[in-house]
This record gives sequence, structure tokens and C-alpha cells, in this order.
Amino acid sequence: MSLINWIDDRFPLTKVWNEHLAQYYAPKNFNFWYYFGGLAVVVLVLQIVTGIILTMHYKPDAELAFASVEYIMRDVPAGWFVRYLHGVGASMFFLVVYLHMFRGLMYGSYRNPRELIWILGMVIYVALMAEAFFGYLLPWGNMSYWGAQVIISLFGAIPVIGEPLAEWIRGDFVVSDATLNRFFAFHVILLPLLLALLVYLHIVALHKVGSNNPDGIDIKKNKDKDGIPVDGIPFHPYYTVKDTFGIAVFMTIFLGIVFFVPELGGWFLEKDNFAPADILQTPPDIVPLWYLTPYYSILRAVTFEWLPGGAKVWGVIAMGAAIVMFFFLPWLDRAKVRSIRYRGWMYKTALTIFAVTFVMLGYLGTKNPGHIDLFLFENVIWAQIGMLLYFAFFLLMPIYTTLDRTKPEPDRVG
Amino acid sequence: MTDDVNSGRRRLLTTVTTGVGLAGATALAVPLVASMKPSARAVAAGAPVEVDIEDLAPGKMKVIEWRGKPVWILRRDEQTLADLEEIVGELSDPDSEVIEQQPAYAQNRHRSIRPDVLVVLGVCTHLGCAPTKEFEKGASTGLGDDWMGGFFCPCHGSKFDLSGRVYKNVPAPTNLVVPPHSYVTENRILIGVDETEATG
Repeated sequence: MSLINWIDDRFPLTKVWNEHLAQYYAPKNFNFWYYFGGLAVVVLVLQIVTGIILTMHYKPDAELAFASVEYIMRDVPAGWFVRYLHGVGASMFFLVVYLHMFRGLMYGSYRNPRELIWILGMVIYVALMAEAFFGYLLPWGNMSYWGAQVIISLFGAIPVIGEPLAEWIRGDFVVSDATLNRFFAFHVILLPLLLALLVYLHIVALHKVGSNNPDGIDIKKNKDKDGIPVDGIPFHPYYTVKDTFGIAVFMTIFLGIVFFVPELGGWFLEKDNFAPADILQTPPDIVPLWYLTPYYSILRAVTFEWLPGGAKVWGVIAMGAAIVMFFFLPWLDRAKVRSIRYRGWMYKTALTIFAVTFVMLGYLGTKNPGHIDLFLFENVIWAQIGMLLYFAFFLLMPIYTTLDRTKPEPDRVG
Repeated sequence: MTDDVNSGRRRLLTTVTTGVGLAGATALAVPLVASMKPSARAVAAGAPVEVDIEDLAPGKMKVIEWRGKPVWILRRDEQTLADLEEIVGELSDPDSEVIEQQPAYAQNRHRSIRPDVLVVLGVCTHLGCAPTKEFEKGASTGLGDDWMGGFFCPCHGSKFDLSGRVYKNVPAPTNLVVPPHSYVTENRILIGVDETEATG
């Protein structure tokens, strides 16, 4: 192949191909949970492609934005399809990212030597939340408008610099055309660039230390005479083929939602957003989309007026702290083993409670705090219990992972 | 040749070059950051608004827009003003002691210049939602048997009385904001200009 040789003399094509695919040895025991990293990349590409098409028809102008989205839905050929792919794609992105993160929690993928992969992943997660928030304003629906109003007001809770900061973010005294215009810039340029860079760094860090696996065992400890891990298989073709199968199943579900239930009963697209932004009329319940509601629940759960400075600012702090907790996970976990397979009952119980709590907080975040949607107590009380359990999972981790009785890890992948 | 290196001089030059580079980058960042502040047009749109309240009957409210925010102008009758004195115990800041929430000329029992006319921003002090008017009294509103009429924020359940004063034990920390305003004539209010500026 003289063309390949010609390129290889000028660009490390074969070298990169081998290092990251054909001779990148991944543990042979990847299971179902190892689909979601690859799927997140697929969704990212899909969001970029559909996003580019949407920007061709969308108008980032407070007077025109809402109508331009309706124009995309009705008059642009396949416009409805592209927009629903993008809207459903946002929710699917968070779905696969949450499952990807849960995989990390189960198999201890954040542990030494993978702390930086985990931290870069968390930065991706935060950037993704920002990307989703900026994008949500663009249709200029009433929920877009009021959602942005509420979230930007959170910055106003910071003492002294809060109000000027909120004005600087909005570019106006209220959410307005100026805000819409800059959110468009953030959504289509700033954050996609940042996300692409971060994903690249996430993968570079992963390929430096190698993938973890469901047993949490270091496969590099057992190498054959050629220096290849005996429990490793080349990523290509083994995992490229496995991932292709996963992508096919995933796309079937994804397109099923796009074609048959694109709003998913208000979970993926809220009904209040089918009315244009109205500065004099707040929707009856301002609620972010499901992927942000666990944190929104925590924000609203802080109602303790006796706190110095008042409950509002502490709600904002608690919400921020809830996200920051994840960054410290590699140092909070003191267990001798990585994977849940060899951990004792304490971590298993803690992780189960945490997962249930996260889902409960997410559900409560979509409901009115004063109502009773679970049982016995008002939603706000459940949210307070949830908040307590949420932080306990992290803050008590050094204790229960030290006390927990772990089983010895086997030498080889089973 | 390396023997000739004057390392002190090299370090000085490196430090100075780095310092000048950082200063340059900072100087460049200032206008870039400043460009995101409200533009001259946005500031100009914050111009004062004049409102005629001659036709505003007691118990009625007008909503006008100032700086893109709703401003409520509410006329209260004698009975309402008397009622407001009775709920003082349920309020978080009945005497408007948080001075940022109103100009000095509205820091009084009725939080207004004219006792009957209340001017407040219709923006919840919790997270900026628009509270709804709940002027009916009593249990039918779902806001409690002793509800005396006021405003209710549907987002997170904050309650305010007919002077825009916040109730205790709700998420909103402070009373509704009274914007700067003044009377041009008896029945014409100028919103956005302070009492002293207009008369002085």
C-alpha cells in the first residue's frame, strides 16, 4: 500500500490506528455496561450533525426564534425529523451518560490510576449540562424563557457580585434578545468545541492507563512474551463489532421515540414550551428537563430560614456541592478492591440507596414541592431526606468503604 | 558557548517577557468581557415610563412593563390597608427593614408614596418567577383560611401580602422590590425616576 506508506511518512496514520484500535488491548470481559461510552460518542456526533442542519433554518432573535422553530417543524423538508432527533438526542445523551457514570460507580472505574479520566468525565458532564441549558432557551418557548430566568437568578444569590454577574450573563436586566443571541453562540460554538476537546482528552487519558473491567482487575499485570495482556483482546475488531451491535439496538430505541413519542409525555419536551415566551406570564410549574431535576430538587429542598444569609443562597450552595461531590470520589473511596463484585454488603447497600435516591430526587424535581406525590410526606420532605442520603453516600464513603469486608480479587479475569 | 550564558539576565528577560505577555492578555480580556455587559440600547430601554392611574379603581391592578419587567400598580381601599396591619405577625419583614427592597420614601407601613397606591415589581424575590394575584380572601383560594389577599408565586410557593411583603416560611427571602418612582401629578406616576430627582 504505497498510499498508506506515503501518508505514514508524513502523518502517523498506521501508528494511531494500531495504538488506539487494532493493537489497543481491552479486557476481554466487557459486559452490557460497557456500551455507553461509545454510545455517548455516537450521540455527540448525531447532535453536532443535526445541530448544524438546525442552525441553517433557526433564527436566534427574540422576535423570530419561536416562529423559526415552527417553520422547521412544518415547512423545512424533514425539519421535524431533524429537530426531534436533536431534542430527543439531548435526553438520550444524558441517559447514556448517566448509565456510563453508574458503570464507573459499580466497577470502581474512577479509582487509581483512573482519577483523571473520571475528573475529565465529570467536566464533560458539567459542560453537557451547560450545553443543554443554553440549548433549551433557543426555541424561545415560555418554559425556555422562565427556566433561563430562574437559573440565571441563581447567580444573583451570590453575595455582592451576584446581581452584576447575572446582568453580565444576560446582557440585559432581564432575559431578552441579547440573552438569546449569546446563548446561541455558547450553544453552537463555545460548548461544542469544549466538549470535543474534553472528549478527546478523556479518551487520551483512558488509552494511557487502559480500560477498567467488571472485575476491576489490572490486566496489565499478566502479559505474554510479546508484552500483550493475556486477558486483553484488540479493540478492533472485537469491540468495534460489539459496539456496532449496541448502536443498532440503541438507534432502534432512539428512533422509536423520535417517530412515535418525541415528547415522551412531557419528559423530553415540555408542553409549556409550545407557547411562546411571555414575560408577564410564568408557567404554573417551572421545571427543568428530567436530567437536571435531581439537582433542582436539592436546590428546592433547602428551606431552612435559620441558616445565616437565608435559605436561598444555601440552596444554591447545596446544588453546587451535589455536583462537586462526584469529583472527589476517587479519594473518598478507601476500599481494597475496585469492583462491586468483590465488595461487601455496605458498599452494595450504599450504591443501591444512592441510585434510588438519585431517581427519587429526579422525580420530585418535576413535582410541586408542596404536594404529596409519594406517600405520607410532602414532596419537599422527601427531597430533604433524599438530599441527606445523597450527601451521606459521599461523605460517609471513607468510613463504610474502610469497614466493609471485601473478597480477594482473583488474579485473572474470569 | 554555554559558559557565556548570563543566567540572571536570561531569567530577568524571561520573567519580563512572560509578565508583559500576561498583562497584554489581561488587557485584551477586559474589552472582551465588557462586551457582554448590557449594551447601550439595553440601557436606553431602561428609560422611565409614565403611567396614568386616574382610571384605577380600588382593588384593581395595572401591569405595565419597565426594563422588561412587569410593574404592578395596585390601588388599595381603607379596609385593605387596615387588614394589612393585622397580618404583621405572619410576615418576615413587616417594617421593610431590608433597605435594598425599596427606596427610603417607600419604607413605611404601606410601602408606598401615596398610602393607597402600591408600586412593586411583579418579580418573585426567590428566583424571578411572576407571582399571580390572589385577591380573594379566605380558604377558597387554597392559601389558608386566614388568607387576606395578596400574591402567590406558583413556582415555589412564596406568598406576599397586598403591600408586597413576604410571608414567613416561604422560599422567597425578602419583600417584593419597590422600583424608583415618583408622582408627576396627582394621578401620573413616573416609574424609573426617584421622588427626590423628580421634585428636586
